[in-house]
Amino acid sequence: MDATKKVVLVTGVSRDLGRRFARRLAADPGVDRVVGVDAVPPRDDIGDVTFVRADIRNPVIAKVIAKEDVDTVVHMSVIATPGSAGGRGTMKELNVIGTMQLLAACQRSESVEHLVVKSTSTVYGASSRDPAMFTEEMGPRREPSSGYAKDVAEIEGYVRGFARRRPDVRVTTLRLANVLGPHVTSPISSYFRLPVIPTVLGFDPRMQFVHETDLMRVLTHCVHADVPGTFNVAGEGVMLLSQAVRRLRKPSVPLVRPAVAGVAAALKSARMADFSPEQLGFLTFGRGIDTTRMRAELGFEPAYTTEHAFADFAAGAGHDVSPVERLVEGLVASLPDAGAVHG
Amino acid sequence: MADAEVIPIGTGGRPGRGTGSARPSAASRILAPARKPATRRTRPEEPTPPADDVRPPITTEDRAPTAGITPGEWLAAFRTGAVEVFGDDWEPQLARLLAFLRRRLTGEYAVDEYGFDPEVAEKLLLASLRPIAARWFRIEATGLDNLPAEGGALVVSNHSGTLPVDGLMTMVTVHEHTGRFLRPLGADLVFRMPLVSSLARKGGATLACAEDAERMLSGGELVGVWPEGFKGIGKPFAERYKLQRFGRGGFVASALRTGVPIIPLAVVGAEEIYPLVGNVPALARLLGVPYVPITPLFPWLGPLGLVPLPSKWLMEFGEPVRTDEYDARAADDPMLVFDVTDQVRETIQQSLYSLLMRRSSVWR
Repeated sequence: MDATKKVVLVTGVSRDLGRRFARRLAADPGVDRVVGVDAVPPRDDIGDVTFVRADIRNPVIAKVIAKEDVDTVVHMSVIATPGSAGGRGTMKELNVIGTMQLLAACQRSESVEHLVVKSTSTVYGASSRDPAMFTEEMGPRREPSSGYAKDVAEIEGYVRGFARRRPDVRVTTLRLANVLGPHVTSPISSYFRLPVIPTVLGFDPRMQFVHETDLMRVLTHCVHADVPGTFNVAGEGVMLLSQAVRRLRKPSVPLVRPAVAGVAAALKSARMADFSPEQLGFLTFGRGIDTTRMRAELGFEPAYTTEHAFADFAAGAGHDVSPVERLVEGLVASLPDAGAVHG
Repeated sequence: MADAEVIPIGTGGRPGRGTGSARPSAASRILAPARKPATRRTRPEEPTPPADDVRPPITTEDRAPTAGITPGEWLAAFRTGAVEVFGDDWEPQLARLLAFLRRRLTGEYAVDEYGFDPEVAEKLLLASLRPIAARWFRIEATGLDNLPAEGGALVVSNHSGTLPVDGLMTMVTVHEHTGRFLRPLGADLVFRMPLVSSLARKGGATLACAEDAERMLSGGELVGVWPEGFKGIGKPFAERYKLQRFGRGGFVASALRTGVPIIPLAVVGAEEIYPLVGNVPALARLLGVPYVPITPLFPWLGPLGLVPLPSKWLMEFGEPVRTDEYDARAADDPMLVFDVTDQVRETIQQSLYSLLMRRSSVWR
């Protein structure tokens, strides 16, 4: 039985989702040991996870993999916003150079059998020429020129290169829709937490969400399942931004696109929300990803639909019932009574 | 309650507040017009109520402005109003309206993966266009039996009229006669324009690309396509009813791949709504649109020039062209695709001619 037990290395455990995934995996009976790696120690309790302070940007990571006899690597340290890393330069280096070093270490390693990469649907971009639903074979209609989207495109390129050079290693890439949940801090969650939500005038983007527990579940599923390939992961169904704003019961301000960019820059400098150019594109044109392959080949079914994931998030971030809504509710409730009076 | 005293209203013409008995402050006195000091200390000539019409003691309930109207009267008035607005079955009607309002306010409605919002499409978009179709253009449609009651099908139509009014009118006609939503495929310009883009997706449109067309068709939707594109809709008035090139035949390849029938549709009447007599290419390039139209009324009459001319419209849905007898490789055979494209185009051109013969004039 011991031979089937896994030793999993998780990168990016200093951040909340990474730390919680590592903890969850450590409690899993099918996993022998979990090694968490990051350049800075996690702030909260990591349970049974062995933390190794190492920067994945330098070759130390190869020694960690060799010493701990790691067979599965879960790469979660791709970061979306420069704010948390301390600048765009550092962010790019962490994302791209970090991934390159990690892959180089994996390629040398005798023990690594399985690599799971948490990527994002941002890789598809967002434009007016997008198909309604992206399948895994499609690429962005316009190659991203900068920022997170470009980082992710490069990371996926290196991962594909690694998969070619080491065909014996199973490589699973997950392209996740926006992750939402009560504990998630991400560009989209901080956007929805704004007291007044700026929207792009005349556009109503389609959005899909993944609940944070589904993120944990799908990563755990991938650690155990023997399915290489690239998979889109999103909750069932699509929501419009206007619907999301109404369900949050928050006011929104439609602005022309350049004005939204200006507001985004102001919010960024005020550290209220971390907007990036690709997010502005997403808020204009939206995006849908097709999850047929996730169900059929990966064999994963999210517990939360897009709507449920958003509802769980909105329960914490939304406002109370508005007076107008209460009035309509009251009228609906009183209508049968009014009818009863007049038979 | 019984010993509540009647409080006189007003100050008896003297400045300040109060019962009229107290002497007002110096500051308020100088504001009032000078008058002779009162020699007789009498009560001011106030309209004291006659003894037989003594007002009942004032209670707090009476202070509300609605005091005299009983709840029963309110309900009766409300009911009369409701019957007036919604007709005799006002109650379920009003309940439906309120439920609709509640859904829209709270966002508790569903859209499909293309962003199609059936409620907005049916209750707002199609409902507002229906009178235009019936009264303004007086659309007469034939061959509606050729539209399948269920399952995927591709409606291929000619395109004309400067603005895509023909697409909207086809949606209205199809929905009115079959109850099905026609899902239009639009150019990427549609999805780049503010307001138009969000309305188009809510109305059921998606981008005209092979991926979306095949996804919709295999999902069993009734899809509408206008393969002439901007060449058709923006052609000069002199070239009316002359079909332009049918794109690259991508719509035929999509139909072949999904095995759905192609229904040719000829629309007569849309050519005359905005007769395109000129174009401003420099401005069009500046705005990033294919053309800036000049019609006999636009831009000379300003926004009034946007009112379409009330031409008489005829629509003919032709015999379906079956594609299910071809095998899966047929879509990769360009010669076959060109043949089917030409067949569809020829059918539409022929029915355009016969419809034009049927129409006695442009207006009736």
